[in-house]
Amino acid sequence: MITASPPVKETKNYLNNEKGIKSWLLTGDHKRIAILYLISVTAFFALGGVFASLIRLELATPAGDLLESNQYNKVFTMHGILMVFFFLIPSIPATLGNFLIPMMIGAKDLAFPKINLLSWYIYIVGGIFTLYVLLTGGVDTGWTFYTPFSTSYSNGYVIAAGLGIFINGFSSILTGLNFIVTIHRMRAPGLTWFRLPLFVWAHYATSAIMILGTPVVAVTLFLVVLERGFHIGFFDPAYGGDPVLFQHLFWFYSHPAVYIMILPSMGVISEVISTFSSKKPFGYTFIAFSSVAIAVFGFLVWGHHLFVAGQSIYAGLVFSVLSYIVAIPSAIKVFNWAATMYKGQVRLETPMLYALGFIGLFTVGGLTGIFLSSLGMDVHLTDTYFVVAHFHYVMVGGALLGYLAGIHFWWPKIFGRMYSSVWSKVSAALVFVGFNLTFFPQFLLGYMGMPRRYHVYPPEFQVFNVLSSAGASVLALGLILPAIYLTWSLKHGEIASANPWGATGLEWQTASPPITENFEVTPVVTTEAYDYSTQQEVVHVG
Amino acid sequence: MTLEPKSFQLFPEQASNFAPTVDALYTYMVVVSAFFSLLVAFLIVYFAVKYRKRPGQGIPAPVNDHSIGSMILEITWSVIPLGLSLVMFAWGASIMFHESRPPKDALSIYVTGKRWMWKIQHLEGAREINELHVPVDRDVKLTMTSEDVIHDFFVPAFRTKADVLPGRYTTEWFRPTKVGAYHIFCAEYCGTKHSGMIGTVYVLSAADYDAWLAHGSGEGSLAEQGESLFNQLGCANCHVKDGHGRAPNLYGAFGTKVDLSDGTSVRIDESYIRESVLYPQAKIVAGYDRIMPTFKGLISDEGMLKLIEYIKSLGNENGANAPARNLSMESPDLQKTGTMAVPMSEMKAPAAAKTTSTEKKQ
Repeated sequence: MITASPPVKETKNYLNNEKGIKSWLLTGDHKRIAILYLISVTAFFALGGVFASLIRLELATPAGDLLESNQYNKVFTMHGILMVFFFLIPSIPATLGNFLIPMMIGAKDLAFPKINLLSWYIYIVGGIFTLYVLLTGGVDTGWTFYTPFSTSYSNGYVIAAGLGIFINGFSSILTGLNFIVTIHRMRAPGLTWFRLPLFVWAHYATSAIMILGTPVVAVTLFLVVLERGFHIGFFDPAYGGDPVLFQHLFWFYSHPAVYIMILPSMGVISEVISTFSSKKPFGYTFIAFSSVAIAVFGFLVWGHHLFVAGQSIYAGLVFSVLSYIVAIPSAIKVFNWAATMYKGQVRLETPMLYALGFIGLFTVGGLTGIFLSSLGMDVHLTDTYFVVAHFHYVMVGGALLGYLAGIHFWWPKIFGRMYSSVWSKVSAALVFVGFNLTFFPQFLLGYMGMPRRYHVYPPEFQVFNVLSSAGASVLALGLILPAIYLTWSLKHGEIASANPWGATGLEWQTASPPITENFEVTPVVTTEAYDYSTQQEVVHVG
Repeated sequence: MTLEPKSFQLFPEQASNFAPTVDALYTYMVVVSAFFSLLVAFLIVYFAVKYRKRPGQGIPAPVNDHSIGSMILEITWSVIPLGLSLVMFAWGASIMFHESRPPKDALSIYVTGKRWMWKIQHLEGAREINELHVPVDRDVKLTMTSEDVIHDFFVPAFRTKADVLPGRYTTEWFRPTKVGAYHIFCAEYCGTKHSGMIGTVYVLSAADYDAWLAHGSGEGSLAEQGESLFNQLGCANCHVKDGHGRAPNLYGAFGTKVDLSDGTSVRIDESYIRESVLYPQAKIVAGYDRIMPTFKGLISDEGMLKLIEYIKSLGNENGANAPARNLSMESPDLQKTGTMAVPMSEMKAPAAAKTTSTEKKQ
């Protein structure tokens, strides 16, 4: 009914109902806060990308000719901190999750709008600490802050960087809390748990990890600050501490944090594949519960980062077998996504291309993860480029492609405009090819034995490093394109209808962009999720 | 023999007993992973083509059949990957069990990591920096510690690595199987010159290794150096042999279990000796007073290794002298006890270690 409605000038929506910078900075609207996050995570991503480019430029030759060792160490540290804590962790939950969760459950806003705004401000304060570190001379500990290097030997600004991440952690905790309360308390009439979109299930599981895990890393980094600042011995044997204790505490959060990054992406992929196959996701309950299983088992595998760190072999055995078990829910998801397309009506629009790319890359990322879960294999592979390649397949191939799929999918809803179909497909192809060219050679480098975080390396590793750097430039191009055509679409894009993709969620049953209250009348849900038989015929756009 | 850049290759050289097993496991994993990656890729492409939306195709009919869910399929694609991965788990675990149990008669070498160099100490006295000479076809056990941050001793050609921690000892063992020169990398990030903390393992033939050892350091064996340090620091004043001193008798103590004053017990190993020297009050042997002063700041990590080796040379629970395998057959000690754990073929005595400190004592 609303499809292809003619553009009406000055329709009231959340974007234009109030004007001025103050109306944005003091907003309580989850959709506006999502856009504040969108702008800030994009900025941090761009900055992290600059550092990634410096790394790949330096590694194009075996000698350390572009940067000095200390500079190189600061560059990869900054790349890691910015990408992990300031892009990947908040990326989907704080932008798409913030925007969509109330809309998907038929609510007017999150449960605590002011806390939602507060978490953005906390994120910004954490970011300012990190930028301060960057501008005053950097930090060279790696994003992992291993002790006693970070507490007693690093000559960078460890305290400021640690505090930045400590502060930023509270932003995650508050977002998770807000989501959980909202999902429990604010669902529209008739929207039972098993009618929820899988995106909401994924965010529910993610929020649980944020609330339970983030305090641990916050406290751990605080202990690092105490030891470095006041020589209170926790980790450095010189003060009577235990250096491996830090690794246990750090990975107790940072391994589940991987699932904070990937679960929301999985939620996006479930929505996108279903929509562009016009078919209910295959094995809905299996996909939903696999998110919960990942969140639970994700907390029990941290020790697989410590196989060679002097951990008892019996502890290693337990962590190894649990790591295999946590891989199974991910495998279930991949097979279910593929099966969703079976007997569907598949349309290869841009979000779908990104989603299919996600499945391919995440499969490789997951499978190489099980190499590292195997004790004897991990001894050879850990701390080499194999690990670097593995987690980039999961973090970039998985989390980032899921984010891009989601941004392209909901862009018409968020801004009411379509983007260039052609350019966006070119970008999806470039990202896929560039990504593989960048990171696949790193698996081979890793097995050859090239350690990670090496500024200079023996000449026999050069061939693969050159391939990787070449791939990085293709990847960079593929990532710059969306910034251009998406920005261009804000003014010049075709006006989007309420439901341009023929999707089923509640968010598509209100105007694009939505009004501030999201819905004219609170929707009442009477059917299962993903019932495509009730949809209008899709008018192809773009 | 030098380390020359290799031409294009996908596997590092197989130069240890572990390398062929690890490569076999790797190959199995690559095959399984490639199969599943290609299966998923094929399904996606096939479905995308076969079920592509065709012009004029209407609104999908309501579906509620096996195309939106199937318990049999869910079980199939959970159980098969689980089975295949449990094979990986068991195989990998068996390799690591092997790696974590150094053979008793392995050639013992000490490694100290320090930003940004590897210091190697042979029992016979020879010292090296960023180079490690080992004999081919013989088990070698590295006992490692760090003077500062965490390092990691990684030899890709041996397919093994282990973290090197400050304040405690970790071990790593291998049996080189191929004469040659191979990379040593520090694999745990350790600051500015992390990528410069590299070195070379030289795997020598037995004859070359003996010739190399014969050059020695001229300072006597590690245990001998430890003995003079032991006397110099005054340890011998309390730790007297007959066991009636103010401190426990160290003869024959290494490797045994002792009861502590708090009711627990502890095995006397490298880490316990280290702790007792640096933090003497931490674990007191039952029946002794808390009188030992700390030697923290008075003894270097290398000095610690010498002391440990000296205490080991005082005999272990079997009555066999730990460094015995490096002694010549003329050693009266050995002839007396006759409990040699080492085959005769390994009795390649370096000239530098003809005597032990124990025989001088006795």
